[in-house]
Amino acid sequence: MSRFEPATVNLEFDKRVDDALQDQELRANFRGAMDFLMGKRAAMFPDKEDLEALRSQGEAIRNRCLNQLPELLEQFEQRCTENGIQVHWAETSQEANAIILEIMHKHDATRMVKGKSMASEEIGLNHFLADHGVECLETDMGEYIVQLADETPSHIIMPAIHKNKQQIARLFNQKIDGVEYSEDVDRLIGIGRDVLRQKFFEAEVGLSGVNFAVAETGTLCLVENEGNGRMTTTIPPVHIALCGIEKVVESLRDIPPLLRLLTRSATGQAITTYFNMISGPRKPDEKDGPQEVHVVLLDNGRSRIYADKQLQETLRCIRCGACMNHCPVYTRIGGHAYGTTYPGPIGQVVSPQIWGLHTAGAITKACSLNGACGEACPVKIPLADLIRRLRYESNNNEPTPVPAPRGQGSLRKRSEAVTWKLWALLSRKPGLYKLALLLATRLRALTPKHIGPWTRYRSAPKPAARSLHELAAQRSQSNASSQEHGRHE
Amino acid sequence: MQRAYPEKPEQVYFFGTCLIDLFYPEAGMAGIQLLEREGVKVVYPQQQSCCGQPAYNSGYDNEARKVAAAQIACLGEERPVVVPSASCADMFRHHYPDLFADTPLHKQALDLAARTYELTEFLVHVCKIRLVDHGPAATVAIHNSCSAQRGTKTAQDAISLLRQMSNVAIVLQERASECCGFGGTFAVKAPDISNAMVQDKCDNLLATGANDLVSGDCGCLMNISGALEKRKDKLPAQHIASFIWERTQ
Repeated sequence: MSRFEPATVNLEFDKRVDDALQDQELRANFRGAMDFLMGKRAAMFPDKEDLEALRSQGEAIRNRCLNQLPELLEQFEQRCTENGIQVHWAETSQEANAIILEIMHKHDATRMVKGKSMASEEIGLNHFLADHGVECLETDMGEYIVQLADETPSHIIMPAIHKNKQQIARLFNQKIDGVEYSEDVDRLIGIGRDVLRQKFFEAEVGLSGVNFAVAETGTLCLVENEGNGRMTTTIPPVHIALCGIEKVVESLRDIPPLLRLLTRSATGQAITTYFNMISGPRKPDEKDGPQEVHVVLLDNGRSRIYADKQLQETLRCIRCGACMNHCPVYTRIGGHAYGTTYPGPIGQVVSPQIWGLHTAGAITKACSLNGACGEACPVKIPLADLIRRLRYESNNNEPTPVPAPRGQGSLRKRSEAVTWKLWALLSRKPGLYKLALLLATRLRALTPKHIGPWTRYRSAPKPAARSLHELAAQRSQSNASSQEHGRHE
Repeated sequence: MQRAYPEKPEQVYFFGTCLIDLFYPEAGMAGIQLLEREGVKVVYPQQQSCCGQPAYNSGYDNEARKVAAAQIACLGEERPVVVPSASCADMFRHHYPDLFADTPLHKQALDLAARTYELTEFLVHVCKIRLVDHGPAATVAIHNSCSAQRGTKTAQDAISLLRQMSNVAIVLQERASECCGFGGTFAVKAPDISNAMVQDKCDNLLATGANDLVSGDCGCLMNISGALEKRKDKLPAQHIASFIWERTQ
């Protein structure tokens, strides 16, 4: 798939999962990469108690910031403006795209370099700009590979993690003029860097994401390993930062614990190679930096998420990707199968809320609620609980007092609803329930050998000859009679 | 943080769970007999059925709530509730309070949550059971459910019971903590993903060379042993209560 098409998420989910499961090379790539990342993270947190304390601290910081989000956003805007950063507000992805294009037009710009930004993937920026005659080049190595292959990222931290080095070697050989096939990783990276280096000097605009937006100082923080983020935000004359509104933190003091959690959880690094703090455009006495800095604050459904107390926990996310790395489902189907910008557990929570349950709610079924994601989450988002909640909202056709996720009730199936109603009737009427047990045990020879999808891969479970209800009743009777007997003796 | 445990009570409720009721009643009986051997009288309410988790996990909260209310009603007296499944125990412990938030039953749900124990947890921490193994030498793999690991956090209790068995050697399978792919209705709603998970689980278990597989959760057992049987692989699987009861009489 070359571009993210929200309308296909629900419709093509089963097909995408099926394709992914059949692709043994893809599965081996993910299994290997996820094992590696889980191991790296575990090595960074040798002490369980320390880790728990740090996670609690991270959770508390993010909660404190979210609790005062409207005020912090206003303060952030004010400080940025004082620093000479131009602040724009975008309620939707269309608005964000239009704002960015307008800035490009104002500078007669046709070339953009991009640092890694999942928010820009979320709004479909690359294709929008291409449709308007702007060349947009990804400069993060993983993003560059994905762009070269005309794909979308399969992981929020490691966009090309679905590819092995042979696949990347073939891609470079096919797509970059004059490049011979080589599996030497250093050489491959060197080739990419040579191509990108020139583009940094040509581009009129650099676009980046934001990891933390500091309200107290009006500072944009950017975490990266390749230096492309620094080049993107310092070489072109104009820098645009695209920032989800939930990224705001209160003060610089909040950053160290969150940064420790982020890099250790994401890639198992104590610190990334680069940590950029951008507090405004180039000042008259400075030698580098852009002449203009813009920040586009993106809502795109986040206010709606914010309005629901439970779902608000979604917004604590610091986008480390640990939930994906630890998810047994993601490990087996990979990021593209979800069909959304954000895959894996956090994607199953964020995507249906941004694009609506009617568009992306179906991906919540790809979860066994095993809780490995929530256990790895550095800010303790109860991901399984939130996935379950969204399943409920998908089925729920009764109006709720808070603004519900869009598409509420849209995945309700009549047959399923009737089945659960019958199940509930049977399970709360002891007489009926015991009758059903009696029938199932006495007629066990007639148990069907094929029970829907269950028996495609498993033998059918066979009811016992006597239910526990019966055995327990017999036992308590015989206990009572032997006591009675004992008393008479 | 460790849970505070009470003194051994005279009586407990036994909540058998629907899967054990129909498919593994011997595991339920083994649990009851283990408790009674420890001198605890077991009350088995005949009105019980299912904890409601299948509907809850599928997002049918209203139906789950009705069934859950019926369980609260039949487990009403102030005595501990012992459940031979971490998954169902976790439903009582952590999900009932959410399910009944802002309803008249909230207080009762919290009360039930506070006095619910998973079976191995209860045997270890409340009964302080001491097991004498009369069984033959056995190499055993244990699969701890995700609920035991992350919900009730009682996975260690099942292991410590097995460690008391002098003729049992425990072998650890690769990726022991990974989900087996059951997930209740997940196995039916996303059957191919579930299958990919359970096949890997089977491979890892067989690679240990264990003679027996035990688990504290019959959902996982039904999934894993069903898949093994379909593959025609032989690895007898039992609930941990049955395994222990048979070897300690």
